[in-house]
Amino acid sequence: MTDLVSHPDEVRVVSKRFGKGATNIDRYLELDGYKAVQKALGMQPDVIVNEVKNSGLRGRGGAGFNTGMKWSFVPKQSAKPKYVLCNGDESEPGTCKDRLIFEHDPHAVIEGVMIAGFAVGSTTGYIYIRGEYRYLLEIMQKAIGDAYARGFLGKNIFGSGRNFDIYWHGGAGAYEVGEESALMESLEGKRGIPRIRPPFPAVVGLWGGPTVINNAETLASVPHIILGGADWFANLGPPKNGGTRLFCLSGHVERPGVYELPMGYNLKKMIYEVGGGIPNGHKLKAVVPGGSSCPLLTADEVDVSMDFDSMMKAGSMLGSGGVVICDDTTCMVKFALRIMKFYRHESCGWCIPCREGTDWLEKTLTRFHSGGGLKKDIDNIQYLSENMLGRTFCPLGDAAAMPTISIVKKFRKEFEDHLQGRPCPFEKEGKIEQLPVMAV
Amino acid sequence: MKFSDQFEQRFAEMLTHYPTKRSVLVPTLLFVQDEVGYLSDEVIEEIAQRLDLTELEVRNVISYYSMLTTRPRGKYNVQVCTNIACLLRGGEELLEHCETKLGIGHKGTTADGLFSLEEVECIGACSWAPAAQVNYDFHENLTVHKMDKVLDEYKKRATQ
Ligand SMILES: Cc1cc2nc3c(=O)[nH]c(=O)nc-3n(C[C@H](O)[C@H](O)[C@H](O)COP(=O)(O)O)c2cc1C
Ligand code: SF4
Ligand code: FES
Repeated sequence: MTDLVSHPDEVRVVSKRFGKGATNIDRYLELDGYKAVQKALGMQPDVIVNEVKNSGLRGRGGAGFNTGMKWSFVPKQSAKPKYVLCNGDESEPGTCKDRLIFEHDPHAVIEGVMIAGFAVGSTTGYIYIRGEYRYLLEIMQKAIGDAYARGFLGKNIFGSGRNFDIYWHGGAGAYEVGEESALMESLEGKRGIPRIRPPFPAVVGLWGGPTVINNAETLASVPHIILGGADWFANLGPPKNGGTRLFCLSGHVERPGVYELPMGYNLKKMIYEVGGGIPNGHKLKAVVPGGSSCPLLTADEVDVSMDFDSMMKAGSMLGSGGVVICDDTTCMVKFALRIMKFYRHESCGWCIPCREGTDWLEKTLTRFHSGGGLKKDIDNIQYLSENMLGRTFCPLGDAAAMPTISIVKKFRKEFEDHLQGRPCPFEKEGKIEQLPVMAV
Repeated sequence: MKFSDQFEQRFAEMLTHYPTKRSVLVPTLLFVQDEVGYLSDEVIEEIAQRLDLTELEVRNVISYYSMLTTRPRGKYNVQVCTNIACLLRGGEELLEHCETKLGIGHKGTTADGLFSLEEVECIGACSWAPAAQVNYDFHENLTVHKMDKVLDEYKKRATQ
């Protein structure tokens, strides 16, 4: 069981049942459970889609696409079955929020999947949970089983004459499988190599049928929108950024934890008031605002509103809600290296810019950090990253390049400080790694 | 090959969840691995046969997923996260400590077959960093001292 935290500024929507025993279906029913699904059963599909569209709910998986809009792309008529796929692969470094949803409120995800299904005319949903989260797969299995036992799932749900099935599915360790098209490949029993788009999953997805893919937090928000109304949800955040977000505070912060704050909450306030500031009298150096794929912000850039549009304007992204805080003892070269090591490890190897690029960048950063760096390496790291941007088959290549470019640009002096023929100035000792220099 | 009744039950149920047999492959491999310890040639042959796949197709999938292994591991697989949130809170020191204490490196197994060690990517415990998983159990807000206690606990469990 994970530790729960709280702060007076929190607005509890998705987390309102956390710590309340809602994995138990009777308890869930006492806490307004399955009311949204019953209400949605009486709504026309277009009305549901519009309600979600107007609520300003945007994808919590990272890209922030308007959810109702995504649903509206699913064709009304389809020769093949349509599907809803819940993305619970949660693997973006810094992100640990879907875990809490599955742990504390699995039935909310079930309701979200069902309502998405009603909206697009699908009667089958899958909930994909990463392999490492075995205990959550078990919680989900039980929740689904309980819902079937009550007649909430299966044939003639709630006596409506309509059917709906939901199945659980487990992964086996792969970040790339969180990418929507790789997720479908994985669910079909294959390696997680992404698919070319178009066609988009909403038109050709699982087994060739139209498929809606949404993050677990996105889907868990939907029942609240159905019950509370689009206006209420939209008004929780700034224009076009409805609702709240589960922000995962981690790193050098006094009170790390997952906090549900209104969309648009100020990042500086989040770090200093909600998170209690930087421990041990240290100063803030940098923040990863939304998972490891986002460009970093410096200490001077954190007075910014945490919504999709403001973060874009600030040159970064709201991403997946993973806020990783670095104090002034952090070596940013080392930080860039660790991020690159991750992407090199997770690159599926399908396309050359990502496969070769992440490998060269990891090698160069390793040598550089250990004290074997050359002046031209700094420009090479930037050049190589910039040339990966937009040239890869799926966004993992961009995800590797974006934080790297921002670190080289914003912390160039730290790279230069590593050039004095000694290992990292933040570390006392170390051996120089003999790795090749790339010819560019 | 004979697997447990629980596995067979789950396998049979899963086959009813999808329009194609192959779709059960990834979770099935992990469930079998949990029972057998690793994906042996025999297991691969069996699963391939059951799902009308070639052994090569199954191996192709196994090699993609980081949790799947074709080699035996220790009874307790200690997975220490060193990704960014853990890095900032001592994940690397924790890994080094485990290496010294167990006398093995990344993907190594102790001579008594009790422990194996792995440096892993983010396991979704960032707000409770540094974190590790032993098999499927999460251990969070770790210190070197707490890690010692965790490892001792597993050792005791194995000898009981
Ligand atoms: C490399 C990569 C990894 C991703 N991992 C996840 C993930 O673990 N969970 C998730 O919900 N979305 C992930 N996404 C985003 C999905 O592709 C997809 O956009 C998302 O699940 C859509 O749901 P949403 O609109 O509700 O956000 C990832 C994307 C990429 C490129
Ligand atoms: S960008 Fe990377 S992860 Fe995506 S397809 Fe290319 S090699 Fe695979
Ligand atoms: S970075 Fe270690 S659990 Fe996320």
